[in-house]
Amino acid sequence: MTRIVIVGAGPAGINAAETLLAHGRQPILLDEGRQAGGQGYRKPSPGLRLDMNALMGSEASKYQALHERFESLRGQIDYRPGTLVWGIDGKTLHLQQDGRATTLDYDALVIATGAMDRIAPMPGWTLPGVFGLGGAQVALKDQGCFIGRRVAFLGSSPLLALAARQYRALGAEVVVIADTTPFVRKLAALPALLNSPRTLLRGLAYLGGAMRAGVPVLHGVTPLAVAGDGHVESLLIRDAKGRERRFACDAVALGYGLKPETQLAELAGAQLAYDEAFRLWLPQADADGRAGDGLYLAGDGMTIGGADAAEASGALAAHALLADLGIPSDAAAVAALRRRASRLRAFQRGLSQAFAWPVAQIRALPDDVTLCRCEKVSLGEIRQAMAQELGPTEVNRVKAMTRCGMGRCQGRICGPALQEIVAGVGNIAGAEAGRLRMQAPIKPVALAAAKAGAS
Amino acid sequence: MADLAERDATRHRAQLVRAVARDGRAITLTIDGREVAATEDDSVLATILTHGPRLRHLEFGGEPRAGFCLMGACQDCWVWTAQGERLRACTTPVRAGMALLTLPPAFAAPGPFATP
Repeated sequence: MTRIVIVGAGPAGINAAETLLAHGRQPILLDEGRQAGGQGYRKPSPGLRLDMNALMGSEASKYQALHERFESLRGQIDYRPGTLVWGIDGKTLHLQQDGRATTLDYDALVIATGAMDRIAPMPGWTLPGVFGLGGAQVALKDQGCFIGRRVAFLGSSPLLALAARQYRALGAEVVVIADTTPFVRKLAALPALLNSPRTLLRGLAYLGGAMRAGVPVLHGVTPLAVAGDGHVESLLIRDAKGRERRFACDAVALGYGLKPETQLAELAGAQLAYDEAFRLWLPQADADGRAGDGLYLAGDGMTIGGADAAEASGALAAHALLADLGIPSDAAAVAALRRRASRLRAFQRGLSQAFAWPVAQIRALPDDVTLCRCEKVSLGEIRQAMAQELGPTEVNRVKAMTRCGMGRCQGRICGPALQEIVAGVGNIAGAEAGRLRMQAPIKPVALAAAKAGAS
Repeated sequence: MADLAERDATRHRAQLVRAVARDGRAITLTIDGREVAATEDDSVLATILTHGPRLRHLEFGGEPRAGFCLMGACQDCWVWTAQGERLRACTTPVRAGMALLTLPPAFAAPGPFATP
């Protein structure tokens, strides 16, 4: 029997498992998390007195439905929570579970590894109290904690308003929602956003709610500094009218949309291509998620589409896999899933313009700003290395010379900004700056564990 | 070491603030030698940061850090235990009797290493 492995138990992975099971196949579902749901539909850890219906708002019914569906299928599949896939070698996965390394061979692989916050550095962003925007939501959902008492939400993302609403609803003070994208650019993106009017209206309602509550909601801001002595004490920005404004706060949630976790797709052999709209390297797949021989991609780990697109694309990838095994599936259902995924992804392309990655702001950052927080490499060190005679204009060469991107996160945090700096200094297109190559282990693994697995 | 943690705790309040309570078994553990209370299923990160302003010090220059992504991606929240174990604080639940350190054990012991 063909062994099918799914990596990631978020909406994409769960839908893939459900579709395979409905067609008589029992996949192995590996997930680094201790509970299924992924990031967006993350379940509270046990015992938290958290009202998830209130927290999830208009998405509560989808959240509940996904978890109910997972509960009904988990006993019928080989579900392995708390399992990190840290390497892929041929058709063998390298795993770490409970501190022990093992391997698992597969015939077909569905990668649904999701996404994380995309971060633009700024002065002071390494101070304790600055966290990723999605992380600010995880602190609440997973641990029932706010990242601070008085929180500034900064970046460019529809999640700014959503996270701020969740924080306010539970009693935190939101001192500002500051978006770097000018308002006129949001209007220009309207036609694409009308692909999902419901989502658009929901976002506007969140912003309206914040404004009615007296929270300053600013567009077109330039982040100047997070200031404080050993911890966050204030956020300084320049507003769209050119005025400097300081907001006293003890935490900053920082995020510029999402960035797919593509490491495993790359190790499994998927081709990556530079996407001009998102300004990210994305793994390539056909409309159903086929990315290679026995390799299928789904969800935000393939391209940012949001939770609804992840559900559709997870099912699509499973249908593609079944079709390749010669198992007939429902052509009408597949066509409907394709339409749905394609429409939602078009909406996200619109969002990437309405909530733009701030290329010019990143390139204008001063030399003393830390770009790589793992290895403490400053922007000035990158610029200096590139300015040398025969200096590099490719990110892997810059990494080799400066150690930027060589730390424990493997460039997950600094990578997108490094790409813009290298392209800017080299005066070349984003794609020409190259792509930070991934390698195993994709996350730190104890040598003792790897040795135990090998013996 | 314990002095540093105490100074931090009094000089700056905790970074994370509990929004909702957790039902579960109460446990105790230590952070830099100081005994603190937690509830089973609290993360190491939430436990340390609801009791103080920082998780660790960067290996390069010693600046304070408190984690960043909170979802197991950035690897900026690894802390030590007195036994020399290393833990990713955001994804590791606390256990009763854990002895967590916000500095590597070599720094915590009296010796040639200065406290950053």
